Amino acid sequence: MGSIRFENVDKVFGPQSGGVKVLDTINLEIRDKEFVAIVGPSGCGKTTCLRMVAGFEAPSAGLVSVNGREIKAPGPDRAVVFQQFALFPWKTVRENIDLGLRNKGISKTGRADLIADALKLMNLESHADAYPHQLSGGMQQRVAIARAYVLDPEVLLMDEPFGALDAQTRVVMQEELVRLARVNPRTVLFITHAVEEAVYLADRVAIMSRRPGRIKEIVDVRSIRLSEDWDRHAKIEDVMDLESFVHLRTQIWRSLREEKGANGL
Amino acid sequence: MNGAPLTIRQGALWGLLGIALFLGLWIFLSVSGIVPKQFLPTPGETAARFITLLTSPFAGATLPGHLGSSLLRYLYGVLLAAVIGVPLGLLMGWFRLLDDIVTPIFDALRFIAPIAWVPFAALWFGTGIGGPVMIIFAGAFPPVLINAYRGARFVEPRLIEAARMLGTNDYRTISEILLPAAVPSIMAGLRVSAGLGWQSLVGAELIVAAAGVGFMMVQAQASVQTTTVLTGMIAIGLVGMLIDVLLRQGEAWLRRRRGLEA
Repeated sequence: MGSIRFENVDKVFGPQSGGVKVLDTINLEIRDKEFVAIVGPSGCGKTTCLRMVAGFEAPSAGLVSVNGREIKAPGPDRAVVFQQFALFPWKTVRENIDLGLRNKGISKTGRADLIADALKLMNLESHADAYPHQLSGGMQQRVAIARAYVLDPEVLLMDEPFGALDAQTRVVMQEELVRLARVNPRTVLFITHAVEEAVYLADRVAIMSRRPGRIKEIVDVRSIRLSEDWDRHAKIEDVMDLESFVHLRTQIWRSLREEKGANGL
Repeated sequence: MNGAPLTIRQGALWGLLGIALFLGLWIFLSVSGIVPKQFLPTPGETAARFITLLTSPFAGATLPGHLGSSLLRYLYGVLLAAVIGVPLGLLMGWFRLLDDIVTPIFDALRFIAPIAWVPFAALWFGTGIGGPVMIIFAGAFPPVLINAYRGARFVEPRLIEAARMLGTNDYRTISEILLPAAVPSIMAGLRVSAGLGWQSLVGAELIVAAAGVGFMMVQAQASVQTTTVLTGMIAIGLVGMLIDVLLRQGEAWLRRRRGLEA
């Protein structure tokens, strides 16, 4: 199980006084197995939120916790999928997935089974011994997702994971992620600036304001997805055509535009 | 660089012209008598001496014999520099405290020319293999260390973050992340080290009592045998060039391999 909690979190970069305040009083709770997407204008600090859960950054004030434990350092209980994949170029696909399992001290046969499952889950079986540079961007991101999933993390942190992919690959990966969430539900914190992506994937969408970032609104997508039965459509474009989808998307868009408008943009 | 790029063939031709001009100047200065003979032997005399020394011994060994002794010391010195410098550089790149402790003292020590270590090298490690190896080590060590350190220090931060979130311990991070990431930088450092180590050779052999190209030159200097001294210089230059070419090839090979694999 895994729940994430932000309590009155501030983040200041640079000196505590006179530094740049990027996050202001963030309060957010992500329940076990819930998929929450944070959307917001560039520079609003949404990635910083994720990096604090990962343990790469510490809050300047307030508390970030997973399952009630304050976060002190990075660890395999909070697996990260990076926008730029961050695969080790000198390791094969298998070796990239294996590293986290070896760190956990799992036996060789146990690891082989887990890797086989992960490769199968992400349709990577025929690329197990390839090096990352031999794969397309979409394939590389599959490896990064497999590397994160195989650790059986309490929470999965995805930092604009499809931002570096071309439009077609992106759609395939979004559908893939929905399929994955059905087979193997996880607590997910997903950062994106793409509103449609957030509405398609998330149970709830948190909208952030411009810097210093605040959570200005949280939109419940899940209840509408269930009541309108989005899941009967396998294809993303069919879901995106639904009136209820369009309505939610427009609502979030308006909210985001107000933010940009505040600066005359 | 200025000027249009040359084809390899053209480049080689200009290179030959340079050598020809150099030899021409040498012949002119020595044969014409502008520079007295005892100061500068002619190329012909030097070449003859070079060929003689290939088979007949001077100062206890033939030229190949002396070169063999030198190369052995050199190999020990450079290997020692690599064996200590690469791990230490990687550790300094990972552990901030070690970096803070070692860097200031290292920054002072590395400006001391290898030849300045001659008296202490002889005193501490003797005139057998130890002393000369230490002097070659003094020449070869700084670039290996600096390059391994930089290679480790400037690994892409995302990869370090990925390793940390996967729960990778220090040992594995250094051996499986920092080391492979630093390989190109380490190779470049080794090449510079190999050159500096070889340059330190004559200094290193000022103190040896038996054999080596530097030893041969010092002996020849004592009896004012300028042709033998020049022979030693030419041999050092040629072997140094050969070492550099070999390492360049090695580096290129590694690059190609990584191009396929990484």
